[in-house]
Amino acid sequence: MDEKNTPLLEMKNIKKDFFGNQVLTDINLTLKEGEVIGLVGENGAGKSTLMKILFGADVIRETGGYAGEIRINGEKADFRSPFDAIASGIGMVHQEFSLIPGFTATENILLNRESKKKNIISEIFSERMDTLDRPEMEQRAMEAIEKMGVKIESKMVISDMPVGHKQFTEIARELSKDQLKLLILDEPTAVLTEKEAEALLESIRGMAKRGIAVIFITHRLKEILSVCDRVAVMRDGCLIQNVPAKETDEVQITKWMVGRNVDVSAGAGKEEAKEKEEGEVILSIDRLWVDMPGETVRDVSLDVIKGEILGIGGLAGQGKLGIPNGIMGLYQAGGTVTFEGKEIPLNDPRKCLDSSFAFVSEDRRGVGLLLDESLEWNIAFPAMQIQNKFLKNYLGGLIKWRDEKAIQEVTQKYIGELAIKCTGSQQKARELSGGNQQKVCLAKAFALEPRLLFVSEPTRGIDVGAKALVLQALKQFNREKGVTVVMVSSELEELRATCDRIAIVSGGRIAQILPASTPSEEFGALMVSQVI
Amino acid sequence: MTFMERLKEAVESFGLPRLIITGFLILLLIAAPIVGADLPTQISNIINRFSWNGILVLAMVPMVHSGCGLNFGLPLGIISGLLGATISIEMGFTGGLSFVMAILIATPFALIFGGLYGWLLNKIKGGEMMIATYVGFSSVSLMCMMWLLLPYHSPNMVWGMAGKGLRTTISLEGYYLEVLSKFLQINIGNLSIPTGAILFFAVLAFGIWAFLHTKTGTAMTAVGSNPTFAKAAGINVDKIRLISVIMSTWLAAIGILVYEQGFGFIQLYMAPFYMALPAVSAILIGGASVNKATIMNVIIGTILFQGIVTMTPTVMNNMIHMDMSEVIRIIASNGMILYALTRKTEGSK
Repeated sequence: MDEKNTPLLEMKNIKKDFFGNQVLTDINLTLKEGEVIGLVGENGAGKSTLMKILFGADVIRETGGYAGEIRINGEKADFRSPFDAIASGIGMVHQEFSLIPGFTATENILLNRESKKKNIISEIFSERMDTLDRPEMEQRAMEAIEKMGVKIESKMVISDMPVGHKQFTEIARELSKDQLKLLILDEPTAVLTEKEAEALLESIRGMAKRGIAVIFITHRLKEILSVCDRVAVMRDGCLIQNVPAKETDEVQITKWMVGRNVDVSAGAGKEEAKEKEEGEVILSIDRLWVDMPGETVRDVSLDVIKGEILGIGGLAGQGKLGIPNGIMGLYQAGGTVTFEGKEIPLNDPRKCLDSSFAFVSEDRRGVGLLLDESLEWNIAFPAMQIQNKFLKNYLGGLIKWRDEKAIQEVTQKYIGELAIKCTGSQQKARELSGGNQQKVCLAKAFALEPRLLFVSEPTRGIDVGAKALVLQALKQFNREKGVTVVMVSSELEELRATCDRIAIVSGGRIAQILPASTPSEEFGALMVSQVI
Repeated sequence: MTFMERLKEAVESFGLPRLIITGFLILLLIAAPIVGADLPTQISNIINRFSWNGILVLAMVPMVHSGCGLNFGLPLGIISGLLGATISIEMGFTGGLSFVMAILIATPFALIFGGLYGWLLNKIKGGEMMIATYVGFSSVSLMCMMWLLLPYHSPNMVWGMAGKGLRTTISLEGYYLEVLSKFLQINIGNLSIPTGAILFFAVLAFGIWAFLHTKTGTAMTAVGSNPTFAKAAGINVDKIRLISVIMSTWLAAIGILVYEQGFGFIQLYMAPFYMALPAVSAILIGGASVNKATIMNVIIGTILFQGIVTMTPTVMNNMIHMDMSEVIRIIASNGMILYALTRKTEGSK
């Protein structure tokens, strides 16, 4: 084959599953020298997993490796660790900084690749004792920084730098590697100001001119269109589009991202939704802030109407998860929350539960379940503790004895209703599959017979069949018992299929609330409207 | 399933260390008559020692359930018990009444000490067992001074020459020596069963079992199993942990009094120091883990541990005329703790 036509990177039929949960299906991607490709997709679409495979991350090997093959310059590559990937010319800039705060930019850029001079001691012992050649290091660092086309002070200590400069230092570190052929940038502009982002885009163009291929991951579609040669769109673990950037626009990319491969019945409840919009407000949130790491809520005001299913959507990290967690008192929060005309004190889980709220956490294993206890305990526990259900009173209520029979009955009831696959009500929660664990979490909330139910990411990490069942159960609970449901999910289609109205959170604020029947593209545009 | 697989499963569910120790004890019981030791006497010994130590082992249960880990701070509770015992004697109570008074006087001490100890443990979640160990160490050292300084005057307890400061061992003759053991005692030849002491243990064990079936007890287990889950269910996690620590401390106080009535002496100064490890290893041998323990674990563990401790000296001495008991006790108790701490798995039934 002609040297010129061999692509720099070829990924063929890449497949990956985590414990039977398919996250990547038949990914084919090629990249030529000096080409810039923009990789977009919703959270959980498989972008990070794909990049981890390419970079030889340990987590991939530990979870059983991947299928398919990766070729670099036409040669099959099998990276056993990130070191192998670096050696074959792949560089990666992560979302989180990996810099040493007390070192200067130069020291960070050339860490473990310093220029060295021999001295007497190192002649005798080993080259580990060489002295550093500071002037040459400085020069090499400056070269790398110049390649980016931005100015950062090479002698400045990292901890004194603004975030943007830290990001540039990371990129300079990759650029200073002579063998660098392919650079992966994972949301590099997320922390940058507009001006800095523009400078970064300029430096990407510069890199491309020098023949370095770039994979650019971002949520900011404008940047992709302005800098990339091609756009690759991922959804649900599939690479669904791979087109030249010139031939597409923001609206179309958004449409591809949110997709519509799920059969949507959103239109069905339209009339009903209209009616509900004018209904009585059951929960009113006013200027809520929540300090949840990675999911900061800045200023959310929101009215929930009695009897509806309200969806809260948005990209990861924008604060949608912070809303229920903050209201339920699991993270520090402020603002006013009024339920049925009464103000609910924040930062006190007990008060919320006493007001007949229930919460199904997104952190199933961490918050949602007693993994080492039986299903009976898991389902009955909150209802027992909060509402004194499943207890027998002796000595005029002095002794509250656990009523094993009632507990077993209620567990059996929910095992039947929600079709929980288990060997019996005594089985340990740990032994169930993700989908069935989620059903147990729902049963736990249902047993509380709440008037308002918060559900956070109810379908995260569970298979398609269980997804449908979980959503069905939620809908049924809402319709039959008249319980108001607030459902937070990163999967827009799921929200559209389940909810009456959907609020999109962006940058810690509500971007807008729209009926579920609104086209996906509009929601997509809202999601990225105020991204910080 | 083949026989081997079934055997493997059975071993796994019973726990390998527990199996080895059971096997060793059975071996000792078989060897005893062969080497000329009297079997009924040996069995009486085991039952007696079980009745002395059972409650101290039971004291582990509440803290394990609430997720505070093994109570290496047991000496703190024991000190409360010792205060109760010495003050009861100082005040001149004798016979059975001195035992009842000792319990009554020890209780407020246990509640106060347990409360402070629990408050401390709530401050350092995640490192409970290490802090507990040091709480035990330091409280013993502090009391070493206090036993000398506190104004005790009873001639049965203070040093003869100086007339002040408590002696290291105080005989319970005339006070509550064997008040429980002698109650309804059954004697058949060389076999004697301290019914009263066993009943007393049974009452307390039933109490703990019952407590764990109540609303608060259920919350305690849930706090130990997953504190975040409990918090999300509206439980005041710190309060529940505090209750468990107070319960553990109080049980330790009662436990040492029961131990003394059987053993016949109050041991002061460094003695409480050596009480925690045997209790910890007994419950672990019984099949408990760092975060799961049942009453059955307590009973089985105490019998096995005390069985080894009493049987080895007699059998070994008769066999090889050398006292190996201390060595084996140390290997069994410390080895068991080490084993349990390295693997935080669920306990067996």
